Amino acid sequence: MKRLELWLYIAQRGSALVLAPLVLLHLGVILYAVSGGLSAAEILGRTRSTMLWPAAYGLFVVAAAIHAAIGLRVVVREWTHWRNRTLDFAALGFGLVLLLLGLRAVQAIA
Amino acid sequence: MTNASLGTLKVEIWRGAEEGDFETFEVPSQPSQTVLDLVTYVQRKLDPSLAYRFACRVGVCGSCAMTVNGTPRWTCRTHVQKVASSGRVRIEPLRNLPILKDLATDMAPFFDKGQEALGRFVPSDARASEVATIPPDDPKRKEANAAIECIGCGVCYSACDVVSWQPDYLGPAALNRAWTLVNDVRDGDRQGHLKAVAEDAGCHACHGHQNCVEHCPVGLNPTRSIAGLKRLVVMAALKGEL
Repeated sequence: MKRLELWLYIAQRGSALVLAPLVLLHLGVILYAVSGGLSAAEILGRTRSTMLWPAAYGLFVVAAAIHAAIGLRVVVREWTHWRNRTLDFAALGFGLVLLLLGLRAVQAIA
Repeated sequence: MTNASLGTLKVEIWRGAEEGDFETFEVPSQPSQTVLDLVTYVQRKLDPSLAYRFACRVGVCGSCAMTVNGTPRWTCRTHVQKVASSGRVRIEPLRNLPILKDLATDMAPFFDKGQEALGRFVPSDARASEVATIPPDDPKRKEANAAIECIGCGVCYSACDVVSWQPDYLGPAALNRAWTLVNDVRDGDRQGHLKAVAEDAGCHACHGHQNCVEHCPVGLNPTRSIAGLKRLVVMAALKGEL
């Protein structure tokens, strides 16, 4: 792909923009759930009451998978001698694993 | 004039090329002595085979840049007193460049990257048209002015960790120069400059560590210039203009 690095840069910064508010939301949810002493059943009852929660966490998972895979690829390229095409596929694989695991978790709360 | 009461300094100097070792010399201390004075003393009095590079001796040409106690500096503008901890000074060639001999590096990769980044003025139809009027307070002119004083000494390039990790990376000086040109309304190929810095080892590879800012002897801020290029390049890519 022409200018692959630039497009990866754009995808990583774009996914960071999406992640920033969602991370804050997630932290807020944790604080709320823990301090209120909600049970697992109560939490699931609330997340399943509306599609907004699965949608927000689904977006979170997609953004995290993109962001982490690209970031890890850069770290590996800069800190090791592994920089050929196989690294691109490995990073893609890592992103897909994150995506699948994350979406499976989202499915459980939907 | 040597002042014996000031004692001597232990000066460790890199000898060889990529393979080599440090050689220690004893150099008499003098008041207001610069690191370049130390190297010159060694070359003239102790070992004439020492290779190093300098020209103006007054911080104008930038050719005497070396690594002094781990930090890239202009040796002519570095007083020994400021860097000599416990009477020792370690002098090495600039990092991130091939070593030719002793303290002299091959600057070709550094200057080649200036060309790769299209870091040169591209004339427009200038001869036939009116001379461009550029008010000094024009925002673009201000951006260009803030970055224009680079003399290409290579200190930022040597200080840059991203260059050491990604040898293809264009580096702070080349990108800083490109930034001055995209802000120059007289330049005839703004798009060409943006395309050049959007290539795979271009501006987006910068992590914003600001080592270049920290070490620039002229006090420039290449990280800011690179951030400006990133914004322009991303917008151009999203608009399909690259």
